[in-house]
Amino acid sequence: MVLLLQYTIIFASVLCLVALGGCFSEHSGVINLGLEGIMVMGALGGAVTMFLLPAGTSKIVIVLATTLFAILVGMLYSCLLAVACINFKADQTLIGTAMNLLATAAATVFVRAMNTSINPDNVSSSIQYIQPKKAFLKYIGNFEFNWFMIMAVVLLIASWFVLYKTKFGLRLMACGENPQAADSVGINVYKMRWAGVLISGFLGGLGGIVYITAGVSEWKFEMGVAGFGFLALAVMIFGQWKPTNIALAALLFGLFRALSNVYTGIPFLKALNLPSTVYNMLPYIISIIVLAFTSKNSRAPKAEGIPYDKGMR
Amino acid sequence: MKDKKFSLKNPALQSILTSLLCIVLGLLIGYIVLLMINPAGAGTAIKTILLNFLSRSSQAAQMKALGNTLAKTAPLLMCALSICFCYKVGLFNIGAPGQYEAGACIGLYAALAWHLNWVICLILAGLAGAIVGAISGALKAYRNVNEVISGIMLNWIMLYLTNMILSGKKVKDPASPYTIKLMSGNKGALIPSAGLNALFANNKTVTLAIPLAILFAILIWMILAKTKFGYELKATGYNKEAAKYAGMKEKQNIIITLAIGGALAGIGASFLFLTGYQEWSTTQTSVPMMGFNGIAATFLGGLHPIGTIFASFFIQSITDGGALINKSVYPSQISDLISSIIIYLCGFVLFFKYALNTWISKRDKGGPNVNDVPVTNDDAKKEGGDK
Repeated sequence: MVLLLQYTIIFASVLCLVALGGCFSEHSGVINLGLEGIMVMGALGGAVTMFLLPAGTSKIVIVLATTLFAILVGMLYSCLLAVACINFKADQTLIGTAMNLLATAAATVFVRAMNTSINPDNVSSSIQYIQPKKAFLKYIGNFEFNWFMIMAVVLLIASWFVLYKTKFGLRLMACGENPQAADSVGINVYKMRWAGVLISGFLGGLGGIVYITAGVSEWKFEMGVAGFGFLALAVMIFGQWKPTNIALAALLFGLFRALSNVYTGIPFLKALNLPSTVYNMLPYIISIIVLAFTSKNSRAPKAEGIPYDKGMR
Repeated sequence: MKDKKFSLKNPALQSILTSLLCIVLGLLIGYIVLLMINPAGAGTAIKTILLNFLSRSSQAAQMKALGNTLAKTAPLLMCALSICFCYKVGLFNIGAPGQYEAGACIGLYAALAWHLNWVICLILAGLAGAIVGAISGALKAYRNVNEVISGIMLNWIMLYLTNMILSGKKVKDPASPYTIKLMSGNKGALIPSAGLNALFANNKTVTLAIPLAILFAILIWMILAKTKFGYELKATGYNKEAAKYAGMKEKQNIIITLAIGGALAGIGASFLFLTGYQEWSTTQTSVPMMGFNGIAATFLGGLHPIGTIFASFFIQSITDGGALINKSVYPSQISDLISSIIIYLCGFVLFFKYALNTWISKRDKGGPNVNDVPVTNDDAKKEGGDK
């Protein structure tokens, strides 16, 4: 049971962070289908940092440096989306998809090139971080506490505050609802959208490193992040683009995800004898059903997906 | 514009030019990455990626490798057609991988568990894809669910469902995570080669699937450009309300479009799995690349079914070429990198065309007047199909 709780919380943290990232981007009016790619890049930045830090580095430095680089790489990568979709008015679905493909390919190429340059016989696309990963963990009884759990909660509260209680957040949301009106009162829509996408890069990149440190100590970058970015997208929609609902949705979907990992340890579920794929499928099925019933009066930002053109009225 | 037959204003020529620009830039970035990894062999590596089968030594080996590339081009082309058809009608069928999975699932199950003939397997695979597509369509038409979102969700649902169904005793090889080879499971379900393999050094994977895929491309082009049915679908895509006002059944049209797209992707899957080229791995945890590469081929092909044929071949060729480079120095994923950069650059096609048109009108008139060659958002959807 402890294991289930632990997995649920860590997966929920990942989903919550990434979904909040999507939430910022969409509230500013840019659909971010590239979340999966941003996660891969964040994971890459963090993993490489952990791998390169010398063995004796103190725990606090490891935690800070890893987090920082994951965030930085995530933000840098999200610029690809911002440039294309905000400045060049490209198709957001197309660019998002391209970013997902690009991230996995680029990360694999990078890691393999790095591995071979260190050891010519090593052509794998994995990075190991058994030792540095311990810096993130603290055991409370059997429960493996991870500093990222706290970060997720703090960022959740911060996101809620920024979106609803600050001038910046309200302006950001205005750009996603009615950019022309926002522009007419002097808000720079392009800047606001850039801010939204960069924040999604921040949270997505962080989510990426949290995901690959959850449960495993080695990551094979050929796998990308196994659809977690898309699951986060589902969380965001299920949470109706509101931070509090997103947190609850993340907990629910995190639970399903955790169940697929540990259900064999729970007698009641084991007796049901369902294959683990069922638990993997459930979050997506639930999202589709929820979408079917809520999309008629969806809370989605009204102007999302439409490139803003100053000249158009 | 009769006086300038070869004018740069010709939209078809512009599409080809911008696609070529994307390819050149993508290759250039790929080359730079190769240079950064190891400058010594970068030139040879990029040449190998580009030449693919031509880099083999003997002619027989070349033909055999070309056969392999063609065998994988057929399913890719079908996925690309699926996305292209839907995009022309105003829908982004990102659910193509899911429809492809459904096709693989039912096609293989029908072949291995029910021991059916390949024609029937093919039709069933198409039907399975069509059903998945229709689900997206119905959700869009009746419940206002964006087809991109429902498509993404269905991709994952179908992946897990396919893994589950194809893990069944009748279809899975007990010794490996793969499904049983069709050669030993049910020879009748293999798509016949009809003598085509003799042309490609007896490559057994060269089958009727290749000419069939090209026929499908021509068929889709005919439907979109020449028929009333295609016209109605396009009209619905441009403006749902106007189509409804003009007496078209707009909801039905959305569902039909995605069902056709789904059928194409589903048949595409059987073009790969029913040739015996490879088996389905029941432990895979990511959505097959085929569907996503289809997006690359569609946009690179200038959103034209015929252009898509060449674009699919190109994408598949550089992917296969990537597998041939010196793997102890360079990662073979370099070609995935190049094709994903090309897709990314395809997002800028509108901008490239705008820049080109601005330049042309500056040259012609000596002033920055772009009014006579309007490039709007709709233009991306319009051009290509009509002449």
